[in-house]
Amino acid sequence: MTKWLEENTPKLVLAPSFIAVLIFVYGFIAWTAWVSFTRSRLLPRYDIEGLIQYERLFASPRWDTALNNLFVFGILFILIAMVLGLILAILLDQNIRTEGAIRTIYLYPMALSMIVTGTAWKWILNPGLGIEAMVRGWGFESFTFDWLVNPNMAIYTVVIAAIWQSSGFVMALFLAGLRSVDGEIIKAAQVDGIPTWRIYTAIIIPSMAPIFLSAFIVLSHLAIKSFDLVIALTGGGPGYATDLPATYMYAMAFSRGDIGQAASSAMIMMMVVFAIVVPYLYSELRSKDD
Amino acid sequence: MTDISMTSAQSQSQTGKIVLRWLLYIALGLFALFYLMPLFVMITTSLKSLDEIRTGDLIALPREVTFDAWRTAWSGACTGIQCEGVRPYFWNSILIAIPAVAISTLLGAMNGYVVAHWRFRGANIIFSLMLFGCFIPFQVVLLPMARTLGIMGIAGTIPGLIFVHVIYGLGFTTLFFRNYYVTIPSELTKAAKVDGAGFFRIFWSIFLPLSLPIIVVTVIWQFTQIWNDFLFGVSFSQAGTQPVTVALNNIVNSTTGVKEYNVDMAAAIIAALPTLFVYVVAGKYFIRGLTAGSVKG
Amino acid sequence: MKSVFFGAVSAAALIASAVHAEPQAEVLHWWTSGGEAKSVAVLQEEFASKGGTWTDMPVAGGGGDAAMTALRARVLSGNAPTAVQLKGPAIQEWYEEGVLADISSVAEAQGWADVLPASIAGHMKCEGTWCAAPVNVHRVDWIWANADVLEANGIEMPTTWDEFNAAAEKLAAAGVIPLAHGGQAWQDATVFEAVALGILGPDGFRKAFVDLDMDTLKSDEMKAVFDQMRTMRGYVDENFSGRDWNLATAMVMNGEAAFQIMGDWAKGEFMAAGKVPGEDFLCASVPGDGFLYNVDSFAMFTVDGDDKKAGQDLLAELIVGQNFQKVFNLNKGSIPARIDVPLDEFDSCAHLSAKDMSESSDNGSLLPSYAHGMALRGAQSGAITDVVTAHFNSDMSSDEAVNMLADAVANSM
Repeated sequence: MTKWLEENTPKLVLAPSFIAVLIFVYGFIAWTAWVSFTRSRLLPRYDIEGLIQYERLFASPRWDTALNNLFVFGILFILIAMVLGLILAILLDQNIRTEGAIRTIYLYPMALSMIVTGTAWKWILNPGLGIEAMVRGWGFESFTFDWLVNPNMAIYTVVIAAIWQSSGFVMALFLAGLRSVDGEIIKAAQVDGIPTWRIYTAIIIPSMAPIFLSAFIVLSHLAIKSFDLVIALTGGGPGYATDLPATYMYAMAFSRGDIGQAASSAMIMMMVVFAIVVPYLYSELRSKDD
Repeated sequence: MTDISMTSAQSQSQTGKIVLRWLLYIALGLFALFYLMPLFVMITTSLKSLDEIRTGDLIALPREVTFDAWRTAWSGACTGIQCEGVRPYFWNSILIAIPAVAISTLLGAMNGYVVAHWRFRGANIIFSLMLFGCFIPFQVVLLPMARTLGIMGIAGTIPGLIFVHVIYGLGFTTLFFRNYYVTIPSELTKAAKVDGAGFFRIFWSIFLPLSLPIIVVTVIWQFTQIWNDFLFGVSFSQAGTQPVTVALNNIVNSTTGVKEYNVDMAAAIIAALPTLFVYVVAGKYFIRGLTAGSVKG
Repeated sequence: MKSVFFGAVSAAALIASAVHAEPQAEVLHWWTSGGEAKSVAVLQEEFASKGGTWTDMPVAGGGGDAAMTALRARVLSGNAPTAVQLKGPAIQEWYEEGVLADISSVAEAQGWADVLPASIAGHMKCEGTWCAAPVNVHRVDWIWANADVLEANGIEMPTTWDEFNAAAEKLAAAGVIPLAHGGQAWQDATVFEAVALGILGPDGFRKAFVDLDMDTLKSDEMKAVFDQMRTMRGYVDENFSGRDWNLATAMVMNGEAAFQIMGDWAKGEFMAAGKVPGEDFLCASVPGDGFLYNVDSFAMFTVDGDDKKAGQDLLAELIVGQNFQKVFNLNKGSIPARIDVPLDEFDSCAHLSAKDMSESSDNGSLLPSYAHGMALRGAQSGAITDVVTAHFNSDMSSDEAVNMLADAVANSM
């Protein structure tokens, strides 16, 4: 009995979390899939009606925009935030005297609720109030920075604000990673006269592969769920030019009482995530298995 | 990492080193400006009177500094019929955030430890399933979760909210610890097993002491997520258990009322103070973790 | 017969419960800003003075979207609030889900049918029974103006859209922004429905936005509405995207802009800044006949417990009571829903609103606002707003817009 217990302790430790995830994630996804085949309006109903919600979804020009925006926003946001986070972490790791203060400055945006920082960003990015007006005030009359009010560019302002908010956390992740790299190897490399930048690209960064996985997951999770940010900064506008699937789904489910439609959009979102994340997970985890 | 810049610098000329150093600080400073810009707008706005906001430039320095907005936000702004500011809601948020962060971090550490060092058949699949769970949009979860909480009898209560936050935090906490623990050499575990140490013993005396940096990261992440959560907070609370984000939202987001931007900004900063506090305090332990870690030379 | 019987039973229950059950109410609403909150507090005080205990459950945001999210979660968890701020066809939608309580006994005892305009009373009924209590009437089709700017440029309040356009050209030439506007979907929709009311007329408006008549939605008049929207896009400054409505109001106050089209909550902003109606700023209905209303109301949810049921009845009675209707609306900028409240303490804009309401109620041009969720269910009104805002924020032609409008409405069914 104790032997069995000893052998199975790891499984027993993992079991409660696993069961919880099974029910509260996969069970609920199954529930959503079911609802997406119904004509649920204000509250969920369970009579299957076929693919009507998916037909409606793909007939909606607003959903097209939302899905497109997810790709533009997601790719730019993840890439830039990751690169910036890594650069900041490396810069901060150079024995900086004021490290504590600077680190806090880079991190603090995560602490603030987007409900209000969105307003601050809105003012900063507004051509009449913010950066454009300020630079023009310095005498550069032809300076233009009107992305916020330009339907073709507005999504990039969402990218800027999103990077501002989360790159600090990515920096923290990388900083924790940098500080767990084995110092002996680095010393050996230095003794061999390998230049610093080579030590980073050839030794340190590759050894942080698992941290990249964390950063990627965190950032793609934020990209897919970006919601407060869009609502506070652009409200999905101009028009619905900065709508994202998450805002679309919320609007359908809660402002428009169209839960079936919301469920179908959620399912498409999950499929997109699946298509992107699963190959990545597979390649990351397989190499660890060998 | 400190040794790198030191030793490699010896091979460079002294002036080159100083120029590089200056460039480094300038770069760090410019980034700092970018990050501080919105905070500047928020603080200046919170120090203005409403008249000045209405008539003046929105992102200029205040002509007359007043702390009225801060006082109002803390204890006088209306969040409904009560006009007691965000103060009464703070306690709810603390009661929710602290247990939820502690439980999810502990579970994540154990899970990560299992997945990284006690692999059994299917462990990787379980880990992948948990990871993928991070991506479920919370809007999807709301309605079935409401039903579940109702059945469990904890709808609208603080334990209910803690439960929800722990469940949806597990994926991330497990991920963080797993990815940190796989960088710890497995020889360490093997040697300990040979010495007769068991599952919990190894976790307690070898892994936990090494975990400070990642505990800090996880706590920062979880605390931020839970403290700033609005969607769960608004859906699964009732009168008396609403967290501070709901109060903040009520102050800021009234649609057809008169907007008091100065109070909004002050309230936002006040509501963020606990998270900021965690960052300042926890940040120190990044360095502490560096010196405490025995893996690092 | 059945309802009479039920009414009698619940009235008896009320009397019985009044003896030993203290009225209880948990009230979900989204009135959280200073003036609004103080107005609701009046209701709470009255409730308390009659022995009731009020538990406040405020959730602001998105014109009630966040509150509706919370409401769904509460209903599904079997823990519905006692009373909920609900409005428009959403009341009937919730009724169809079988979760609303019947307050007919109170409504009949208080004679609501005699004091509420018929079209507003219609919103409060579900299959013949009373299921909600109205609080106020906001008028949506207002045009606000800076008095000094108009005088300086020799402009009268416009009474037709052509006059409006002429005035706007003149103002633009004088370097004033003709129309202060915030580019948020609901504000675009607010301007759109004001224009539509003027151009389609009350009957056309009803056909288009209440009956969703496809012919009207695709008609040449509807194209003319989009044409006017395109013209007005030229009267708005470049930086309007995402601007909050109150910042647009501030532009009118400062004289930066001349006009704003917005519901009468804008009056609250003017008043809060110490401006006087008729002197500093002017209010008028937008060009054309009719009156678009946005009525706030409370619906009672099915709950267990005599104390809560007693709370619901007491609350319903107080909400439609004369005192609350007066005090609340003085604060809120709107006018009372019941027509027998003395308006002596109200300002000139409110008097105009009340006069227009009773006239348009008589001639059948008292119409629900589509932009504020009074005319249509969420899915349909949302689909229309998508098209309106997409048109206003791009260079889409009116023909395209009209076709898109018809498609979107059909797709939302």
